[in-house]
Amino acid sequence: MKTILIFLLLLFTFPMLAQEQVEGQLLFQENNETYPLEGVNIYWLNSSKGTVSDQDGKFSLAREISTNQLVFKYLGFRTDTLTVDSDKKIIHFMKEATGESLDEVELTQRRKAIQKSYFEAQNLIQVNSAELLKAACCNLSESFETNPSIDVNFSDALTGTKQIRMLGLSSPYLLITEENIPSVRGASQIYGLTYTPGTWIESIQITKGAGSVTNGFESIAGQINTELQKPFSDAPLFVNLFSSINGRQEANLHWNTEVSDKWSTGLYVHGNQRTLSTDRNKDGFLDLPLTRQVNLFNRWQYTNATKGWVSFASFRFLDDQKQTGSIDFDQKTDRGLTKEWGSQIDTKRFDASLKIGYVFPLLTYQSFGFQAAFNSHDQNAYYGLRQYDIKHDSFFGNLLFNSILGNTKNKFKTGINIAWDRYEEVVDGGLYQRTDQVVGAFFEYTYDSLEKWNIVAGIRIDRHNNLGTFLTPRFHARYTPWERSALRFSFGQGRKAANIFAENQTLFATNRTIQVQSNEGSIYGLRPEKAWNYGLSFRQGYTLFNKQGDLTLDYYRTQFQDQVVVDWETARYIRFYNLEGKSYANSFQLEVDYAPFKHTSFRFAYKNYQVKTDYLDGLKQKPLQPEHRFFANGEYNNVTPEGNGWRADLTYHFVGEQRLPSNPRDGVNSNSNAYGLWNAQITRVFSPRFEVYLGSENLTNEKQLNPVINVDQPFGRDFDASLVYAPVFGSMVYAGLRFNLN
Amino acid sequence: MKKIIVFLFAIAPFLLMAQKKDLQKTIFEVDGVCGMCKARIEKTAFGIKGVKTATWDIPSHQFQVLYDANKVSIEDIHASIANAGHDTPLATAPDEVYENLPMCCLYERKKKVE
Repeated sequence: MKTILIFLLLLFTFPMLAQEQVEGQLLFQENNETYPLEGVNIYWLNSSKGTVSDQDGKFSLAREISTNQLVFKYLGFRTDTLTVDSDKKIIHFMKEATGESLDEVELTQRRKAIQKSYFEAQNLIQVNSAELLKAACCNLSESFETNPSIDVNFSDALTGTKQIRMLGLSSPYLLITEENIPSVRGASQIYGLTYTPGTWIESIQITKGAGSVTNGFESIAGQINTELQKPFSDAPLFVNLFSSINGRQEANLHWNTEVSDKWSTGLYVHGNQRTLSTDRNKDGFLDLPLTRQVNLFNRWQYTNATKGWVSFASFRFLDDQKQTGSIDFDQKTDRGLTKEWGSQIDTKRFDASLKIGYVFPLLTYQSFGFQAAFNSHDQNAYYGLRQYDIKHDSFFGNLLFNSILGNTKNKFKTGINIAWDRYEEVVDGGLYQRTDQVVGAFFEYTYDSLEKWNIVAGIRIDRHNNLGTFLTPRFHARYTPWERSALRFSFGQGRKAANIFAENQTLFATNRTIQVQSNEGSIYGLRPEKAWNYGLSFRQGYTLFNKQGDLTLDYYRTQFQDQVVVDWETARYIRFYNLEGKSYANSFQLEVDYAPFKHTSFRFAYKNYQVKTDYLDGLKQKPLQPEHRFFANGEYNNVTPEGNGWRADLTYHFVGEQRLPSNPRDGVNSNSNAYGLWNAQITRVFSPRFEVYLGSENLTNEKQLNPVINVDQPFGRDFDASLVYAPVFGSMVYAGLRFNLN
Repeated sequence: MKKIIVFLFAIAPFLLMAQKKDLQKTIFEVDGVCGMCKARIEKTAFGIKGVKTATWDIPSHQFQVLYDANKVSIEDIHASIANAGHDTPLATAPDEVYENLPMCCLYERKKKVE
């Protein structure tokens, strides 16, 4: 609190340049989407005083005495002149120019749903809301189905929760942030992605490789940041309903309102449930869990563009329940007995965060940012006779200052962060408690040559009670050898404390004996994990038969210096021990994007993963990690600017053979079969306000026949529901609608 | 707490420096054509001591600059850009510089220098 006060005092003492300003935002609407327009020329009529809109379409301009006629000019759009009398903020929608010269057509091309940058030093993939609509359902964990950079895996046969991987490494090795505040971590590592409903997401930014130093030292393979809807820009009222034939129903309601000219608030309500018991494979176990989730989110936004302040205060409450296991299991009478095998996972979570940003008047490159977040996570769970409870409270604080060295070719970010985490776990009756405390400082320098080069070099120093004091360097460079290309190089280090039980929660869906081979380390008797990541990426835009496309080649290597190895290799045991020898993840990706016809675009990707670790019995590919993956997506979209038309989408995933640890079902040295999955969705857009969609996941009904090992004796030592490599349920059909009041 | 104080001390010079400056933002038209012009104009501007940030917009030819008026005058900025080959409302590029620009950059000159 004292920190905040000092920070605020410091800012208020700084002289503010008071001048009467006209502010506003320039937007452009296409296909029911609103985009900001960057680079619009804004000037007072018959004067030389003017400005250009920034990347959010925003501008601020000193009032002119001679005129009140403000001109907006942008190539490919109609030039508009507005009379500006009041001090009210201007929000102006620009209209595309019609019937003008042909060479302007290129500018009005549809904005791509996934945008990969040519200019950033980092390998950044921007996913906007149009792409998120392709996967109709339903939460953050399911938002990556149409994105080849992220792989979606099935984690276990019981909860059916989808796990994501990037560069061949699972989500604990990624830094997952929500508006730049670390979110899916610790206790929420496995199920956390399902706690963010899809409609709350405004956009997602994926950074492959080391990433920035500003949000901590934990990222190893990459970073995923989610921007949520903002009360100021989201629709005043939005309704989404979804239902699928496997008995899942979802409802979303957004309500946003302006409280005053500076304050707006939004209330977001999400509920989902699955009440239908299904057992299509007749193994006596539910194919999908019975679930119920209530998720409430309230946020307040303060915007004072004249003074340069923006602030958010957010509160969120989640109650999530999952029940799975035998279809005859009754949680009221059968818990703790060996009559029927059942499992229940109840989670309650509360999050609160405060963000304050200040941009210096005139000096748009200089700003302060302050973030503070508190989370409390409380999970109570049992799996048959096993118990796993975790309580995790955490606090995160970040203070950031952005400015330049001399001129805007040389920018820097510097600041400090603090984090505090308190864990309390009950594992099969044993109690584990731990507190992590860390204070860190960082400095990141960005050089932009304005032409061919960009460099981002960052370093941070952290003092952690369990990891010690250490430096984390990270470096990214981009070079453009010729037109429409980008060559990128990066390296960086990351570290983390392995929360072995929370990260491997699927182990409780087995009767394996847990062995932690302690070596006097600070976390569960194990040393923390430490790795270097190196990456090389090349992107080239091309024009074929007069149509645009691009090609991307990525090669990344993550090399562990220290790792907590999760060893499933011996039947009836799961072992955790520190790495002795080598462990690495090499990933290669070739991606081709092409838009051959009007309204139609295609994306193809091939991925190769060599993820190998020295287990007690030698160097082996990580289990359940396919070496080969292939991805294809075709999209058709003829929705007119007036908001009428069709959107259709077809996605294919090929998943290669996966190594299986030896077990009674598959035997020794076995591999899973390769398989392919088809997903399709079709949306009818009636107006910018209303659309309906129909889709299917897994059209060809691909499934794993006996997902649960030793299903007849669920209390026997060989019972194992964790070795799942394909869908359990088979094909699924869903339908939904979206309505918004704009 | 100690670290926070250290941090505030560390950034204080930047804030103090900012106060001594006489920062001005101006927009004027600079003649040019293409992306190469943009790179040349912006590089020239960034090469001037006291220029904090500069952008030239290709379609509208509007040049936006933020500079420290204690270090450089607006006339000097106009002159430097003109010396790189691009006419501005206050300065005209020398003919030999203009003629040596790449083909694609040869904008139509408004004022003929005698």
